[in-house]
Amino acid sequence: MGARRYFFKKTAYALLTLLFVLTFNFVMFRVLPSDPVAQLTRSQKLSRDDVAELRHNLGLDQPLPTQYVTYLKQTAALNLGRSILSGRDVWGEIKARLPATIALLSLGTLFATLLGIWVGIKGGWKRGSTFDTSSLFTSQVFWSMSEAWLGMVLIVVFGSILGWFPTGQWQTPGDATAIQRLADWANHLFLPVLTLTLGYFGEYAIIMRSSLIEVKNDDFVLTARAKGIPDREVRKRHAVPNAFLPTFTLIFLSFGFVLGGAILIEVVFSWPGIGQLEYDAINNLDYPLIQGIFLLSSAAVIFFNLVADVLYSYMDPRIRES
Amino acid sequence: MSKMPERLMSDPELSAPVTDGQALPVPDSARKIAWARRRRSMSGYWKTFRKSRQGMVGLVILGFFVLLALTAPYIVNLPEIYPATATGPILHPPSLQYPLGTDTFGRSVLGMVVFGSRISLLIGFTATVGAMLIGSSMGIAAGYYGGRIDTILSAITNWFLVLPWIVLAIVIATVNPFHLPQLGNLILVIAITSWAGTARLVRAQTLSVKERTYVERSRALGSGNWHLVTRHILPNVMPVIYANTVLMVAIAILSEAALSFLGLGPQNTVSWGVILEESYSAGSLTAGYWWWFLPPGIAIVLVALSVTLCGYALDEILNPRLRER
Repeated sequence: MGARRYFFKKTAYALLTLLFVLTFNFVMFRVLPSDPVAQLTRSQKLSRDDVAELRHNLGLDQPLPTQYVTYLKQTAALNLGRSILSGRDVWGEIKARLPATIALLSLGTLFATLLGIWVGIKGGWKRGSTFDTSSLFTSQVFWSMSEAWLGMVLIVVFGSILGWFPTGQWQTPGDATAIQRLADWANHLFLPVLTLTLGYFGEYAIIMRSSLIEVKNDDFVLTARAKGIPDREVRKRHAVPNAFLPTFTLIFLSFGFVLGGAILIEVVFSWPGIGQLEYDAINNLDYPLIQGIFLLSSAAVIFFNLVADVLYSYMDPRIRES
Repeated sequence: MSKMPERLMSDPELSAPVTDGQALPVPDSARKIAWARRRRSMSGYWKTFRKSRQGMVGLVILGFFVLLALTAPYIVNLPEIYPATATGPILHPPSLQYPLGTDTFGRSVLGMVVFGSRISLLIGFTATVGAMLIGSSMGIAAGYYGGRIDTILSAITNWFLVLPWIVLAIVIATVNPFHLPQLGNLILVIAITSWAGTARLVRAQTLSVKERTYVERSRALGSGNWHLVTRHILPNVMPVIYANTVLMVAIAILSEAALSFLGLGPQNTVSWGVILEESYSAGSLTAGYWWWFLPPGIAIVLVALSVTLCGYALDEILNPRLRER
């Protein structure tokens, strides 16, 4: 299969998945609740006329297929409804919180991946060494922790007891120069990023380790050794590039999980991102907001998977054939 | 070459008739033979498992917590863990009477953690069973029928696999589409968000098993789909998902903690996630009530870790390829 055809096939698949998400969302919030209006207006007292008007405005008096089409059109225009709590536009609310979450997620994923891959390579290459057994155990211990609890422990140790880092928010209010502000920001970012890194490096380490063990005995590694290439070079040039492929997929696949962790961590650190927003939405049963966050994060995950598929096919053209 | 026979030897099903050196026993009923075979293979697995130090450590810790959960009503002084009846001092650090201190209601933290093991383990195990049932039926259906059914089921599986599980869980938990009781809905939520990995594993294994000659032979003898799936495919697919299922218990318990922390936990009862959440909401971090939030977190780590250790040990037994390398 040509590269272009592969790309189109994957894109079509991604769009189909997105449609599935939209349909799921429609069913969950429009079809299943016995009365969506009651769900939206829990806290207000409305007259019968008001309810009828609201039903009309929301298009709930239309037949379901018409509602579905309207819903798709509105979503395509990023019209995700209004937050019950703040009354503001859902997309606007989410957009305002994006930078904080992207900063946390990208830095956390970056460090977790680097640490995980390094640990996995070092352990897997010398399987059974002290480093290997102890790092595997450490990875498993951190993997077994609740991210929220890990964040709480780090706050108490580094924030309250040692007093090295601030324990919440993302900047200290007040005037400052650009450099001071950047330093302040980094200072606030440190603990949340550390929590995310510790919480997720284990998964990458375990996968990297086992796929390195997997290729270590392959023929091409033996050939490289037979040619007299030093151990270090065999590892760097022959084994690791091949073992890296499954880990690469996992990094993109686990984006959805890391996002989940980030939501918890944001709550613990009062980090003003999507997670904080979601937390407030849950506690006020702000359905339009919950729905919007679900939709946008699913779209993000689908997009990242498409990117991963395409990148992967360049790294390993064999998969285009299968 | 030296590796092959060793593996055969350790497989009780293959080695038993050879080492026994006896004539085959008089044929019993099919069921009896099947059970004898299962017993043999179980005892073989157990022998290998016992050699794994990690696996045994995990099993002992897990056993301890299961025992704790089962006996909790007899160990815990129940009035001590309900807000209305607790008589302890408020927010008292650990003392002789309250080894892990008390919370804002004067409840014993130790009592809550011990009693909370019941809900946390209950959710962990039942959600895992649910996820295993969904995952294996989806996987077997996709792999066995193939074609269009496979395409659709695999697409659904892939979607659940990559999707940000926590936001989906929040949607289902808040909407409660089937109007279940709250605890039941929480279990459903966790099962629904964690079956996809199992489905993928089962599908792959089903694809390979269904091409084997004994399946073809059975089909030639006139077996129907149901017989083929339950008697030939399922028994050969299951070993692949044992280790995966064990690992899933850890994920389910961590999911319970995560959802409870966000305020979606079981109400009017204690679980480890609920204790964490209550402690966090009461401002334990700034006020330094470490005795309140450390113990439930440690309990979660211990159970999740013990399950992980068991799972990895099982994986090495059931997928011997890893062991040989």
